[in-house]
Amino acid sequence: MTATFTASFVEFVEALTIVLAMGMTRSWRSALWGTGAALVALAGFTAIAGYALVNWLPRSALQLGIGTLLLIFGLQWLRKAILRSSGLKSMHDEEEEFREQAEAARAAGDEQRFGLDWFSFVVSFKGIFLEGMEVVFIVITFGLNAHNVPLAAGGAAAAGAVVLGAGAVLSKPLSQVPENTLKYGVGLLLSSFGAFWAVEGLGVFQNGGDSLSWPGDNWSILGLLAAWFLISRLMIKVVPRLAKGGPAAVAPAVLEEAV
Amino acid sequence: MKIVEGFFRFWWDFIIGDDWKIAAAIATVLVIAALVISGTSPAGTWLAIVLGAALVLAFLVSLTVDVRRG
Repeated sequence: MTATFTASFVEFVEALTIVLAMGMTRSWRSALWGTGAALVALAGFTAIAGYALVNWLPRSALQLGIGTLLLIFGLQWLRKAILRSSGLKSMHDEEEEFREQAEAARAAGDEQRFGLDWFSFVVSFKGIFLEGMEVVFIVITFGLNAHNVPLAAGGAAAAGAVVLGAGAVLSKPLSQVPENTLKYGVGLLLSSFGAFWAVEGLGVFQNGGDSLSWPGDNWSILGLLAAWFLISRLMIKVVPRLAKGGPAAVAPAVLEEAV
Repeated sequence: MKIVEGFFRFWWDFIIGDDWKIAAAIATVLVIAALVISGTSPAGTWLAIVLGAALVLAFLVSLTVDVRRG
């Protein structure tokens, strides 16, 4: 439940930033309609896809599909964490993200559809749907792995409630959240679970179609976690040397911070 | 047309994200693994370790290419 809570928390913070930017710079009504429509679409997608996945697909194929997606999400986050820690990418800042979104919102046209500010509606819808889909996959993976999907869903719902509550009280982006550290941790978790599942799922191609087995079963997730952690620490040291222009291209202050 | 374009862009953003090289590297490993083990008898746990190592290697290669290209 903690893993689901943490992973979902980061997604909800990103979604909140987008909705706040649209609401505060253009139209709260349209941003909230976009949010509501996305939640309805997400519920529909989850119900239909969940039914289809569980009833029509063998377990190994499900593991392969969801594990691959999770692995790619996790490695994207790990890549960003490595680049940020090594000074090759600036630290993610929700206030900066908010400023960029708000600037884009102000520069956008003034198209009205169905009595709504269409830009606010569409951007909020896409933001919530995209981040929400990631939460759905996180819940499915962690839930099925722990044989308790309702508990995993509870963790995600709790994270959503905390972020929503904080957003409503503060009415500004949650810039105090240590998002870079959280994303690094979540990237490690998603990469470990994703690799575990994707490899198990490859068993669908073997005779019989049963999942492949890891030594020690679920315990090997800890081994994967350790492997990704060590690889990421190693790459934080190595990537400045690989970058164009070598270590000199990296801001010295940032490099010091990374070490 | 805009709807179709938006649909594909959404899935591209969702699955591929900021760096297509990671998705390409992972997909390459999985496709090769699927071709190699297709139709074989169930293997021991060593295969999972080999495949896990291949995924780690794929990530390292994609990150190296990403950083070297700037």
